[in-house]
Amino acid sequence: MIGVGKMKQYTNVLDKPLSKGKQEVSLSAFAFLFSELVQYNQTQVDNIAELERRLEDAGYAVGARVLELLCHRDKVADSLEKGTEHEDEYMISEKELLVNRFISVPKDMGTFNCGAFVAGIVRGVLDSAGFPAVVTAHFVPMEGQQRPRTTILIKFTEEVLRREARLG
Amino acid sequence: MAAAIYSLFIINKSGGLIFYKDYGSAGRMDTNDSLRLASLWHSMHAISQQLSPVLGCQGIELLEADTFDLHCFQSLTGTKFFVVCEPGTQHMDALLKIIYELYTDYVLKNPFYEMEMPIRCELFDINLIQAIQKDRVALLGR
Repeated sequence: MIGVGKMKQYTNVLDKPLSKGKQEVSLSAFAFLFSELVQYNQTQVDNIAELERRLEDAGYAVGARVLELLCHRDKVADSLEKGTEHEDEYMISEKELLVNRFISVPKDMGTFNCGAFVAGIVRGVLDSAGFPAVVTAHFVPMEGQQRPRTTILIKFTEEVLRREARLG
Repeated sequence: MAAAIYSLFIINKSGGLIFYKDYGSAGRMDTNDSLRLASLWHSMHAISQQLSPVLGCQGIELLEADTFDLHCFQSLTGTKFFVVCEPGTQHMDALLKIIYELYTDYVLKNPFYEMEMPIRCELFDINLIQAIQKDRVALLGR
């Protein structure tokens, strides 16, 4: 059948999920919801750093729950690198972050990145898993590309590094 | 081949110019002229709707002049998109639909855009350039 290539085939009618229809969320619905989240938070703050912090906090709550769901099913980041300069830094890079797909940040907002929300999710997941870290989102210009990519920078706390060293 | 499209305008439902882009080198307009032209077209469009003998007319869609064609597309919400192009350029209605789609994607889903205000979105600009280039390539291929 066309269009059901990825769908799971259920042999028994009792195995089928209760809800009918597609099991995925439309990108538009997500984009509008996220846009509204940013707009709402923008009305609640008076500086950009505060906005970034609020988005990250919103993401943190999502991340803590997502860990339980193990939701990262089929999306693999474009790359995960270990920081070269610092032992405790890891980076996740994406050419085009889903939340940034439709967002153009005005010039007067400087380096503000809506990926702060994603950074919050990562921080939530890591924190709940017992790896407390400071996570931030940055735009990184790419050579030969019009758009910068987004890098999620993870900086683990000292205790994590000490523990890992002890465990070998 | 010369550029088929001369310029593109987007006007909000009250006739204010929210986006203007020049593509040809000839006949550049300054900001005041483009604003004036936009609101002029808005009024002409409204008048044409009233004067039309056809029942349920939605206003002018195409204006053919000696030196240019003007194709207009009005969305259901009243936002108007129009391109000024070389006489006889084909498939402009399809291009306008594509531009409308880009507008809904990259302008309306951008949390930093204020409704009815001038469009300043980097992603919209980038994708618009691509859409217009693609259109040009398609024209050359024909």
